[in-house]
Amino acid sequence: MTGLGEAFGAAWVLVTGLDPGLARIVLLSLQVSLSAAVAATLIGLPLGAAIAVERFPGRQLLIVLLNALMGLPPVVVGLLIYLLLSRAGPLGSLGILFTPEAMVIAQTVLIVPIIAALSRQTIEDAWREYSEQLRSLGARRLRAAWTLIWDTRFSLLTILLAGFGRAAAEVGAVMIVGGNIDGVTRVMTTTIALETSKGDLPLALGLGIVLIMLVIVLNALAALIREVAQRRYG
Amino acid sequence: MALSRRNVIAAAIAAFALLGLQGTAAAQKNFITVASTTSTEQSGLFKHLLPVFEKKTGTQVRVVALGTGQALDMARRGDADVVFVHDKPAEEKLLAEGFGVQRFDVMYNDFVLVGPKNDPARIAGSKDIVDAYKKIAAGGAPFASRGDRSGTHAAELRLWKDAGIDPNTGKGSWYRETGSGMGPTLNTASAMNAYAFTDRGTWLSFKNRGDLVIEVEGDKKLFNQYGVMLVNPAKHPHVKKELGQAFVDWMISPEGQLTIAAYKIGPDQLFFPNAKR
Repeated sequence: MTGLGEAFGAAWVLVTGLDPGLARIVLLSLQVSLSAAVAATLIGLPLGAAIAVERFPGRQLLIVLLNALMGLPPVVVGLLIYLLLSRAGPLGSLGILFTPEAMVIAQTVLIVPIIAALSRQTIEDAWREYSEQLRSLGARRLRAAWTLIWDTRFSLLTILLAGFGRAAAEVGAVMIVGGNIDGVTRVMTTTIALETSKGDLPLALGLGIVLIMLVIVLNALAALIREVAQRRYG
Repeated sequence: MALSRRNVIAAAIAAFALLGLQGTAAAQKNFITVASTTSTEQSGLFKHLLPVFEKKTGTQVRVVALGTGQALDMARRGDADVVFVHDKPAEEKLLAEGFGVQRFDVMYNDFVLVGPKNDPARIAGSKDIVDAYKKIAAGGAPFASRGDRSGTHAAELRLWKDAGIDPNTGKGSWYRETGSGMGPTLNTASAMNAYAFTDRGTWLSFKNRGDLVIEVEGDKKLFNQYGVMLVNPAKHPHVKKELGQAFVDWMISPEGQLTIAAYKIGPDQLFFPNAKR
């Protein structure tokens, strides 16, 4: 297939050319998806931890629901947030449709279930292992949850990366709530969709290669931090 | 030790939050939101046109490119200040519902019927689009339709009506609705050697043609008129009336019209200004 060679050529030109338009798109992609990953962690991690250590009626149902929501189609989330933020919708007066903020909200909704469900599993496993010890030390459940979060922090970092990866890779939600506006809400994935529409397949695939490289670099950075931290704190 | 760790985490969170806010700060200037069509965006017209207007007025124009049907719905919901689309009957319906102020003709180009070089329906060079449609349906040659309520889709459906054919009877065999934009539909047509109905602008800027060529062009019925209008502030009070109207006025002004006429891909002019003023 000749297209692949052209795509790598296009990717090379994009990376070495340092096109300011592309730089802005890459930066916005990172801003939106990192913000969403952080926001989703602030919501999803405490939620997952609480479900992991607490016992209450309907808990199993909630876990099943949370696990199922990991498969939320981005386009459905996009549509939901669009209808909420539209001028005709309940939050229309905010006037934030077609802004990066709307994109962050949509991606946050998309990945909160992933972070909550996976951290629930991780923390619950740790809870099973250490609950006797923690209880004998007289720790309350929520206090214990905090200790467990700290204990499993390296596994939780991987969960954060999974959430970020999902956010950075999706196109359905940001396309609808962002509108793919040039210079305002255009990110890597919506640019790829646009170039595909224009029939410029090598450029689209080239952008895809740049996106994947970016995600690899971020993951490598995270691995490095983890390595250093593990060596220092054990 | 624990304190410093916590500080590091707090600093990291603050840094991410700042990253988020930076985008917000850049967005706080005069802007209008224009609901428009994929054909104007993907043909590259806006990239040529908007910098001229933005430089002159300092108003940023944010274009959301959708099919005409969706773009008009955006106006109905109040999510756009201006609509710039190409389906006159649907635009007039929007006006009648009270969601638009006044509609102006801006420019036109034309639709063309593209298809595979080997031309199974034997219509190449014809100037009669209705006759070509009849031959495609009679021979059951594959035809890729937008199927997305866009202006181009509406024009395509009007022509089937003129031909006295209900294309839905060909669903599942020769008539294939892609339910997507012009570009993706052309990608599909190119991959399965189907006929497709497209505006000339998108066709000229489309790069993945494969074996597709223009089969039918030049019929009067292929005329494609674009119109612009301000969304009615009486229905949606937050509509940016002055800025939006300034954009509408500029599009139909001599300067706007000349700028539209100057947009070319190679030797081909893509859009022909025809505002009545």
